[in-house]
Order: sequence, then structure tokens, then C-alpha cells
Amino acid sequence: MMDRRPFVAGLLVDRGDLLVVTGLGSSTYDVAACGDHHLNFYIWSAMGSTAMVGLGLALARHDRRVAVITGDGDVLMALGSLATIGVKQPGNLAIVCLDNRHYSATGMQPSATAAGIDLAGTAESCKFKRVERVSSVDSAAAMRGLLHSGEGPIFVHATVQADDQKRVFPSRDGYAIKQRFMQASGR
Amino acid sequence: MAEPQQKPAHAKPAWPNLIHAVLKRNGIRQVGYVPDTGHAQLIALCQADNEITDVVLTTEAEGPALALGAALGAERTALLMQSSGVGNCINTFSLLKNCAVPIVILVTMRGEFNDFNPWQVPMGSITEPTLKLCGFLTYRVEREEDIEDILASGCKMAFGGGNLQVAILLSQRMLDRYKPEGH
Repeated sequence: MMDRRPFVAGLLVDRGDLLVVTGLGSSTYDVAACGDHHLNFYIWSAMGSTAMVGLGLALARHDRRVAVITGDGDVLMALGSLATIGVKQPGNLAIVCLDNRHYSATGMQPSATAAGIDLAGTAESCKFKRVERVSSVDSAAAMRGLLHSGEGPIFVHATVQADDQKRVFPSRDGYAIKQRFMQASGR
Repeated sequence: MAEPQQKPAHAKPAWPNLIHAVLKRNGIRQVGYVPDTGHAQLIALCQADNEITDVVLTTEAEGPALALGAALGAERTALLMQSSGVGNCINTFSLLKNCAVPIVILVTMRGEFNDFNPWQVPMGSITEPTLKLCGFLTYRVEREEDIEDILASGCKMAFGGGNLQVAILLSQRMLDRYKPEGH
């Protein structure tokens, strides 16, 4: 089990033109803690939508790599989306699920994964090409490599400590971060 | 007394081709849908079109998220759903407003005319007000001959620079004569 912040930081080292979409709550704070970036898109509503935003983007941008960084609560609300992604088989999409088995934004209530529900197994069932289970910060470099050049769809299940870390708030202006993202990604 | 209009057996309407053509003219590149009888022909046209990425959704709620992702990659999206699917999207529609994502949604109405299933009525009867509350411009199509114009106008509203959300409601009375036997 690991600290989520250095793991996410390790994923985003030398990120180049990697496009990053973050899930509502803790995973947005984790990515923002690495420093705001024009190629980050932060989601602030509609929990359960992050994976599908990643899919729409990956289908539109075959020329780029797309990483969704989100949590177990967001993925649990979107189990069907893993099937939707499995059908389309986007080679350029990776989903990183930071699983702390709890809803940290609302007071650390246990999630379904606390009862042993296996999200990595679900991704395998949904025909993700590559599924990795990691629980140590040392794995970040290898996972970073997958985000940049692994054959997708990729699902990285990262078991992280259940702790409520400092909240780092990036912009909540959806229009502004969309326009910024599009300009920075050349569209 | 005039004979009532006969329902042609297994008739195929021409308007799905018109819808497909209007979507193409407006540069729609992604089409998300949950399979539906009324949209069946249009879905098949989109599947066969190499310039359109068709995405079969497990729930309509995924559609607005798909559209946001597509918009981040500068692609336009249309969603196809039944009126029941609108209820599934209420929260995810917020993505479209929050990020000013232009979109056209084609909604086949249920529970409003000659529907065999009364359980479709509670959602069908609030579909249009729900869409309005969610910030959509809504246009109803009652006659086949109006589909092309209304959809073209809706696309102009959505994609003409205002980044608006537009829903085109296809009335069940119009769809009814084309539904397969036993539906």
C-alpha cells in the first residue's frame, strides 16, 4: 500500500504531450498537487463520468495518449463504462484507478472495494488489453511507461493508503479549462 | 368516409437517411446511443459510416461524458436515445452546461401515443420539461416532412458558435406507423 501523491507524481514525470483527465475529488487534488498543467482536464461534476470523458477524447485524438486518473468511487459508479470502453478498444487510453477503498471526500466511508470487489478483475472481464495491479511507489516508473506507450485500453489498479490529504484546488471554471486544454493540445 | 391510413407492413421510413445526412453536413464525428427501435435505421447508418465513430453505451448517462471528451478533442457529438434515457442523464447533462459543450440529442418519445407499455408514461410525460430544466433548447417533430429542417436548425443553434445544448424530440405518433409488428 502506498502514498498516492508520490505515485501520481511519478506517473506525471516528464509527461510531454500526455493528455490527462482527472476524476472528481481526491484524484483531481493529487494531479493538481503535481502542478497545474494546460493538458490537464479536471472534472467537477457528474461523478462516474471520468472514464467516458477519457474515451471520447481518446477516440477524437488517435494521435495522442490519454490518461484518466481517478478513484475507486468514480470507477464503481461507471462499471458499465468499462464495458463501453472494452467494446471500442481504444489503443491510446489508460485508466489509473487510485483505490483507497473509501470515499475520502465525504468522511472516509468504506466503498464497495473495501468488501473485496475487484476492479482490476472487472477491467479484465471488460477486455482491457493490459491490466496492472500495483501497490508500491516503485511501480510508478513502469506505469508511467505504460501510459506513454503501452497498448490500450490499459487499466492500472493502484492500491493506495486511505488517508485524506491536503486538498489542492485547481480551476473550477469548466469553460476556461476546456478552452485552455484545446488550445494547448493543438485544437 | 375516408379509409384510415393503412400502416405499410414493415415500412422503412426515409427520414433516418435525412437525419444522417444533416449530421454529416454538420461535422458530427461521434454518435453515442443506447439501442432503440425508433433509431434502429439511423444507428445502422452510423455504424456503416467510416467518418463516424459509433459508441454503444451501457446507459445514456455515459453520453454527455463522451461528448465532453470528444469536444476536448474538437469533435462534435450527437446522442440518440429514448425519452426514458433523458432521465438517466440529468446529472451528467451538467457536464455540458459547465463546460459549454455544444450537442444535439435526438430523442424518440415513449409513453405519449399508442404505447403498449404504460410504465413509459411517467418519464415520457416529463421528458421535454426535464430537458428544458437541464438547459436544453427543445424542438418537437410531429411530421416527417419537418425533420430535416428542424434538425438542421437545431444543429445551427448548437454548433453555430453559441455552444448550446439542443434536443430534437421525435413524436411517438410520427414513429408509431413504422414500429415493427408486435411492438
